[in-house]
Amino acid sequence: MTDRQLAVRMRGITKVFAGKVVANKDVDLDIYRGEVLALLGENGSGKTTLMNMLSGIYFPDSGHIEIDGKPVVIASPKDAFDHGIGMIHQHFKLVNVFTAAENIVLGLKEEGRLDLAKAAERIRQICDTYGFDVDPNQKVYDMSVSQKQTVEIVKLLYRGADILILDEPTAVLTPQETDKLFAVLRNMRDDGKAIIIITHKLNEVKELSDRVVVLRKGENVGEMITAESTTQEMTNMMVGRQVTLNIDRPPVEMDYRMERIRVKNLTVKNHDGIVKLDDVSFTAYTGEILGIAGISGSGQKELLEAIAGLQPVESGSIEYVVDATGEKEEVEQLIGMDPIKIAQMGVVLSFVPEDRLGMGLVADMDLTDNMMLRSFRDGASPFTDRKAPRHLAELVVDELEVNTPGVSTPVRRLSGGNVQKVLVGREIAAAPTVLLSAYAVRGLDVNSSYLIYDLLNRQKGNGVAVVYVGEDLDVLLELCDRILVLCGGKVSGVVDGRTTNKNEVGLMMTKLGGGEA
Amino acid sequence: MIHITKRKEMPLWQSLSVRLGAILVAIVVCGFITTITTGLNPISVYATMFKGAFGTPRKIWILLQEIAILLCVALALTPAFRMKFWNLGGEGQILAGSLASAACMICLGGKLPNALLILLMLVCSLVAGAVWAGIPAVAKARWNTNETLFTLMMNYVATQLVAYFVIVWEVPKGSGNIGIINQATEAGWLPQIAGFKYLLNILLVAVLTVVMHLYLSYSKHGYEISVVGESTNTARYVGIKVDRVIVRTLLLSGAVCGFAGFLLVAGTNHTLTTTIAGGRGFTAVMVAWLAKFNPLVMIASSFLLVFMDSGAGEISTAYGLNHSFGDILTGIILFFIIGCEFFIAYQVHFDKKEGGHDA
Amino acid sequence: MLDVVSFIPRAVAQGVPLLYGSTGEIVTEKSGNLNLGIPGVMYVGAICGVIGSFLYERSLNGAPINAALGLLIPVVCCLIGSLLMGLLYCFLTVTLRANQNVTGLAMTTFGVGFGNFFGGSLIKLTGAQVPSIALSATSNLFRRSLPFAAKLGWFGKVFLSYGFLAYIAFVLAFAASYVLEHTRVGLQLRAVGEDPATADAAGINIARYKYIATCLGCMIAGLGGLYYVMDYANGVWSNDAFGDRGWLALALVIFTIWRPKVSAVASVLFGGLYILYVFIPSGPAVKELYKMLPYVVTIIVLVLSSLRNQRENQPPESLGLPYFRENR
Repeated sequence: MTDRQLAVRMRGITKVFAGKVVANKDVDLDIYRGEVLALLGENGSGKTTLMNMLSGIYFPDSGHIEIDGKPVVIASPKDAFDHGIGMIHQHFKLVNVFTAAENIVLGLKEEGRLDLAKAAERIRQICDTYGFDVDPNQKVYDMSVSQKQTVEIVKLLYRGADILILDEPTAVLTPQETDKLFAVLRNMRDDGKAIIIITHKLNEVKELSDRVVVLRKGENVGEMITAESTTQEMTNMMVGRQVTLNIDRPPVEMDYRMERIRVKNLTVKNHDGIVKLDDVSFTAYTGEILGIAGISGSGQKELLEAIAGLQPVESGSIEYVVDATGEKEEVEQLIGMDPIKIAQMGVVLSFVPEDRLGMGLVADMDLTDNMMLRSFRDGASPFTDRKAPRHLAELVVDELEVNTPGVSTPVRRLSGGNVQKVLVGREIAAAPTVLLSAYAVRGLDVNSSYLIYDLLNRQKGNGVAVVYVGEDLDVLLELCDRILVLCGGKVSGVVDGRTTNKNEVGLMMTKLGGGEA
Repeated sequence: MIHITKRKEMPLWQSLSVRLGAILVAIVVCGFITTITTGLNPISVYATMFKGAFGTPRKIWILLQEIAILLCVALALTPAFRMKFWNLGGEGQILAGSLASAACMICLGGKLPNALLILLMLVCSLVAGAVWAGIPAVAKARWNTNETLFTLMMNYVATQLVAYFVIVWEVPKGSGNIGIINQATEAGWLPQIAGFKYLLNILLVAVLTVVMHLYLSYSKHGYEISVVGESTNTARYVGIKVDRVIVRTLLLSGAVCGFAGFLLVAGTNHTLTTTIAGGRGFTAVMVAWLAKFNPLVMIASSFLLVFMDSGAGEISTAYGLNHSFGDILTGIILFFIIGCEFFIAYQVHFDKKEGGHDA
Repeated sequence: MLDVVSFIPRAVAQGVPLLYGSTGEIVTEKSGNLNLGIPGVMYVGAICGVIGSFLYERSLNGAPINAALGLLIPVVCCLIGSLLMGLLYCFLTVTLRANQNVTGLAMTTFGVGFGNFFGGSLIKLTGAQVPSIALSATSNLFRRSLPFAAKLGWFGKVFLSYGFLAYIAFVLAFAASYVLEHTRVGLQLRAVGEDPATADAAGINIARYKYIATCLGCMIAGLGGLYYVMDYANGVWSNDAFGDRGWLALALVIFTIWRPKVSAVASVLFGGLYILYVFIPSGPAVKELYKMLPYVVTIIVLVLSSLRNQRENQPPESLGLPYFRENR
């Protein structure tokens, strides 16, 4: 540990996408052999882009890279590989019907005939050295996510990589699997390899890394030795100082406030049987914006989709309170319903999903046709009525200042902000009583974002129960009346948006609740 | 370094002129090939083709009738294609419809009033076609069975089924074909309108074209088909039952193919053979695709293919060549049109700087 | 009772074109290309061989045929013709990213037309003084079997009575199986068909693999057409005689679940089903139902394999899809 050997030296790295989105700006970074470096930052802080430039997926606009003191040009993954750099992406690059061994030797230019038995032998050797657990003859489709990840790591080692980059490796792992991964990563570090993990989980940084570099808005904002720093210091550096955005937040009309959506003990598992929501309970009220904070993949998507009737639920209940003012409370159960049944019950539930063009809208259809996605069934006629949707489209274009040649333009041709205006405009036009939104301002410019905030506030004023899933803490803190913080599929708390601060929410997002991140 | 990107959108006039240009180039190439293989003057070959298609009123009627049938099959396949379901089973579905029609004519001819018989034939054809397409559709919806391969195989099951019945019903025994059914009574034959044999066929398909256009573009079903075709995720989001839409659409697709079979038996051929569909199930795939699945444009694309075929037929007769010459020319034109789509969808850049970085 | 000794050779003779076609198509599909032009390719392969040997036989002017040239010319012509078809398919679907189904069907239209046109017009075009294309001299070369085969009784009849192209078909099928399962090239080819993005990331040249596999596949399939006309049909070309064997070869691909070595056996089975009616006494109508069997069995296999949803028994995952690495 004393004589640290420099493996990679990145200087002045800048990358701009599509001529305007600055992903990385003048970043300097040093990586040493025999250490685990944690690259820490919020979503969109440019961590993955920076590492993609090291692994040859992107090419920097400016700046230079040295490996072992020699300047290099990394123009392709192959170039990166020739310098011993290997990266494990969040989406594994494995052929499902192949065995582990077949995947590991795939694309290798070795001499002689294909000898899978020999390869399997070498794979076992690597496994023994570092403590991996891989069966070379197991098919990938039979593997758990963690096994697939292991295959990816072994694949890199098999090819002689000694600088390994892991992009959020624990996002898909159980705590036990995470422990196992960390153990092998430590073994690899002790073997003299340079390891970089991209993460936004502080406990992992604490547990595994030797050094931390923090990125914020594409820039390197500082580094520290893990052992000498607290998670509080890291959080501060990661989220930065609280910025004042001056987003309007009208007061909640307490007189008319009532319970609208009551979620009780909700548990949801995904396809692979991994628990995405664990015993979640909360209530959303009319006339308020309930913010949902959390690092990405903490169960936000599953939560909204479960309420919207798109996600099979393991256990628990989701109640829609029709009317609580009368003698007896009138309640509808939303679990087991699909979107049509929910609408047939008279519940007007609007949902602005994260995937705008792949789910919320049909990219190849024009504005008019997209307006009628939800309403096209109305009326007894076998034919669709395009008059009302066209009128609505024109109205949305007018009111929300959508920049489009006309209502007959396919939404695919609109820019991100305008696409979102169309989607939000349609969902609000249904006069909902519940409005769910996921990352409603992601990728939007400042003006469009403020327009969306304004729309949400108007809905709140109309007595709608608004649920706002967001990633920018500054926005959540200024826009939302209450904020529910999710961490690893569990509720780590609900705070008042007016009194809480960034540090409090940041810590709740990353806290070690019940021994798990 | 060559570098290819997806185009955002090409203006209509530009994309049309690319396609037209491709057809022109193809025609020139066809001319060359004709000259090379036969030593004939290409101009006179084209003149002959034109004469073959439009030379006499009878030829025009046959041309229109052929266009009508091909168009009918293309219309049938279109709803499935719009849903990104590759129904390559048109051939079998036509045969199923033809078989049902012929069965009614043979078994019930003379036993029912003619109008009732024709109605029954129509219904049976529609049902038979629908069943033939419905089987792969259910398998696709339930178990995600590969529909391209399934529908393809169903064609040959239908062919052999027809072959079986052709021998069962053959007249005279041992001849291997049925001959004209109900020649004397004309029971089950579609009536002639104003003395024109094919006019009713043509009118029926014309109506069908309009109806199909309305169905796909303006009905709720048509809208659902488009949504499912574009994104099953969006369909789920708005509560469209994808499985049900797949089966429903394929039943429709098969039924219209069955209708084409009905027209062939009751309106045109008055007989049943294993080759009655004549490859239209496949040709129609190309007709629909060339028209980008737009029913009105399909009138033009089916005209193009039928014109090539009948024109080439004339060349063969005139110069004593084999009729298959038309298939060669059709193939060449198709290759050019297929190839030109690339230049409509993509843009090719030739950039010399920074070679490897963005390749 | 079924006369096995005379049944098997006929089943094999029926099966060989199917085996060529299915081996070629499997190699092609393993690269992710669904080539529905295979029936057309087989026609083109056959007619190119016919044209080659027709011109050669004519140039002899009655002189005795040279065995080496008599074999080589049709085989080379057949391979060149099928290769050109393969290149055309690849250029359209890989380079120009055209829809594979439409391209394949257009190729079948073209190929069948090409075969029938030259088959029907060759005599007129060349001004030859013969009533029909009957390449008996060439055919005799192709049909020559081992001289002692006839002396070995039933064994000779069942195993040794075929022309050399029949044996090559089986050799090719087993070789293709070996390459696909046990070599680096085979592994990489399968990766291209399963998951081109992953293969691409592993440094495999997707376009090159698709081109080579598809062209090789077409050449193999073309030989099936050549076998049919030169061996099975005694060198006599008649239009449309090849029939739907190309599609049957495609069915065989599914039936064997993309395994050439299983094809070697299954092709004989399909061939047997195709001619079963000759050996089972039945009415002329029922024999048409027997001919349906290969397709019905294939459908059942297709449905069952999707029903059981076993990963090994599925079509290559990216079959029929174009690959475009868009800004990665």
